[in-house]
Amino acid sequence: MSDADAGGDDGSAGQRADGGGLAGPRATLAKRADCVRSRMGEMARWKADAIVILSTLALVYVLFLVLSWGQGLDANGTANTLARLTFLAAAYALLVLALNLHWGYAGLFNIGVAGFMSVAVFTLAIVSGGEGVGFGLPIWAGMIAGMLAAAALGAIAALPALRLRADYFAIVTLGIAEIVRYLMKSQWVASHNLFGQRVGLQGSAPVQVPSAQEYVYKLFTVDGSPRADPTYIGTQFFVIGEWFGLERPTVMAWGYALFVILFVVFAYLLLSRIAYSPFGRILKAIREDEGAAQALGKPTSRIKIYSFVLGCALMGLAGMLWQASRFTVGADAFMPILTFYVFVALIVGGSGSNAGSIVGGIAFVGLLLQGPRMLQAVISKHTDVPDTNTIYEGVTAFASGEVMPFVGYAIGNIELLQRMFVGVVLIVLMLRRPDGILGHRKEIAAATDLSRPTEGRGSGSAAASGGGGDE
Amino acid sequence: MSDAPPEAPSEGAASGAGGEKGAGGGDIPAPAGASARSVPEPEPPGWGDGEGDAILQIDGLRKTFGGITAVDDASFAVERGTITGLIGPNGAGKSTTFDLVTGFTRPDGGEVTFDGRPITGLAPHQIAQAGLVRTFQITREFPDMTVLENLMVGPKDQRGESLSRAILPGARQAVVAQERELVGRVWETLDTFEIDHLADEYARSLSGGQRKLLELARALLTEPELLLLDEPMAGVNPSLEEKLLDRIHELQAEGYSFLLVEHDMDLIMEHCDRVIVMHQGTVLAEGEPADIRNNEQVIEAYLGEDI
Repeated sequence: MSDADAGGDDGSAGQRADGGGLAGPRATLAKRADCVRSRMGEMARWKADAIVILSTLALVYVLFLVLSWGQGLDANGTANTLARLTFLAAAYALLVLALNLHWGYAGLFNIGVAGFMSVAVFTLAIVSGGEGVGFGLPIWAGMIAGMLAAAALGAIAALPALRLRADYFAIVTLGIAEIVRYLMKSQWVASHNLFGQRVGLQGSAPVQVPSAQEYVYKLFTVDGSPRADPTYIGTQFFVIGEWFGLERPTVMAWGYALFVILFVVFAYLLLSRIAYSPFGRILKAIREDEGAAQALGKPTSRIKIYSFVLGCALMGLAGMLWQASRFTVGADAFMPILTFYVFVALIVGGSGSNAGSIVGGIAFVGLLLQGPRMLQAVISKHTDVPDTNTIYEGVTAFASGEVMPFVGYAIGNIELLQRMFVGVVLIVLMLRRPDGILGHRKEIAAATDLSRPTEGRGSGSAAASGGGGDE
Repeated sequence: MSDAPPEAPSEGAASGAGGEKGAGGGDIPAPAGASARSVPEPEPPGWGDGEGDAILQIDGLRKTFGGITAVDDASFAVERGTITGLIGPNGAGKSTTFDLVTGFTRPDGGEVTFDGRPITGLAPHQIAQAGLVRTFQITREFPDMTVLENLMVGPKDQRGESLSRAILPGARQAVVAQERELVGRVWETLDTFEIDHLADEYARSLSGGQRKLLELARALLTEPELLLLDEPMAGVNPSLEEKLLDRIHELQAEGYSFLLVEHDMDLIMEHCDRVIVMHQGTVLAEGEPADIRNNEQVIEAYLGEDI
């Protein structure tokens, strides 16, 4: 269907080009120049985005190099830490990009991100899982099925709920995410006989989920485990790794991190296309004032559903690339806190900007998620902190001038404090910089440069010389 | 790509006529210059009401909210090519009538016919696509979008409004080409409304009067047949008001029709071809300004001793 559409458009585009040719070479040239200009504009935009994304990544890498050094890690350990960081940052970036489509563009307050991830992950388990869990189909089939399942759940949520006010819609998404989580734990999906096979999620215990990671690892060694015989590709990379003192698992971890980055790049390109198109413009208009968009003849319900379903599919993809790489996954990996983290990352980066979403993902994972844990390791290595069991002990000692017991408590409970820290950061951001790192950027939703066209009408070009310059 | 949403036709077959106009792709608005909209269709054939040239016909419209009957059996017509004023005291049901006509509220009874086509109960976007476009009493610009972006939302039947065309490589070129043509039209509109110096500003930073201009400009970019303006002059300073009225008269000369709610009686009497007076949800009187001015009932109900 959509292919046919594309074909039809190609046809008419061709016709138009012919018409231009008839009108004379000048028109064709102008059109060509216009084309080049818009291409260059696009390149400039990508370049600007790449610069800000890569510099954020570089800053976080430097921080982690320092922390790794402080921890006394060797080259392999450091590279491993960075691989883990890169992988998580990519997974978060993908999630934030999808959420940005919902919240940053269409203004759909989806607080059920975790639910859409989990549906995809468990669908993957059923379709591609091994003995007793799933049908053992190829992983790509499972991943496509997972994305479709997430999209379908999105559609089910969206159809009735998009008629609701934004806050009620949010409650619906949260409710769906929780329903999914409990359903995955229930006996109801624990085990069934389907098409002559026993499949199911085994109740509340974590279930073994096939992962794309395994397949990426198989590029390196014959059966995907680091000890097995390397493949041709594997041999090359392992040799390069050895020059830098990296062991095989580290090289393979980098391989998977880069694999996830490929999906981030794909999602970024896709969502940028949407952002800089009339479709994206209507999404923004819906976010700003849906009624006004309807008054201009825009079918807002349909557009909201499309964007919501697409975002949900991407969340499912992110969920499968991330959570499935854990070998076994339980329903409780998808607690509401996960959704909250993705929101924080979006707000850090700047809601409404795709580049900002990636920046937010990197900054969140680096500074708020992994950073504190690294810092904890460094501090425990270099100082002799006492074990403090309760915050009361820590605080009373602190009051009497002794710092170490308090530090000891903080170090011992870093996971807990980290959550509080994320909350505090969110509050400070809301007060001080609600637009996030990139939220202040003007990203104009149009497929072409909107400045006053220069060639053509006399009045236009006359005014352009004055108007174009000072803006 | 099976999950790419298919290029769905507008929901509801009724909007077909409006939606399909642009689907052909051949009718991209003439580049710049020719901002005069497409010539309105000649007399709609088969108008049985004897009303001849009514573009909008309202029959027995009713709406109750709880115990209150906001619009009670209201019937009137707006003739093609006119500026028609809709007046009445507060609570007369003017704004509710606007909402009922434009699909923002569902009527409890009655019929709305636009351009010979029944539009009762259609969704707001379907009615707007049919060529009946409204503005709001309190302006509803898109605050966090620039003035240019606001206006670019206006033109209807844009190719890139379909998700598949916006993202698929083959179709993208045609989207970009159309965008480039729209930019020309949008700048022309900016010039006409003399808000071109605000092009790159966020709409939220505009003054109240500038927002009125922006909203009117945006509505006009949809190339409507009939514009429903809800208090377009409220909060607009006199010189700007003068300018807006001139613009409305120019547009009338180009073939647009207007229905406007306004409280400024002098303005209505001076600028409208016909006036409809509503009172307590019903139409009290309908006619030329001079007749209305002398209508006993109207004077009693609304105009009082001011006239």
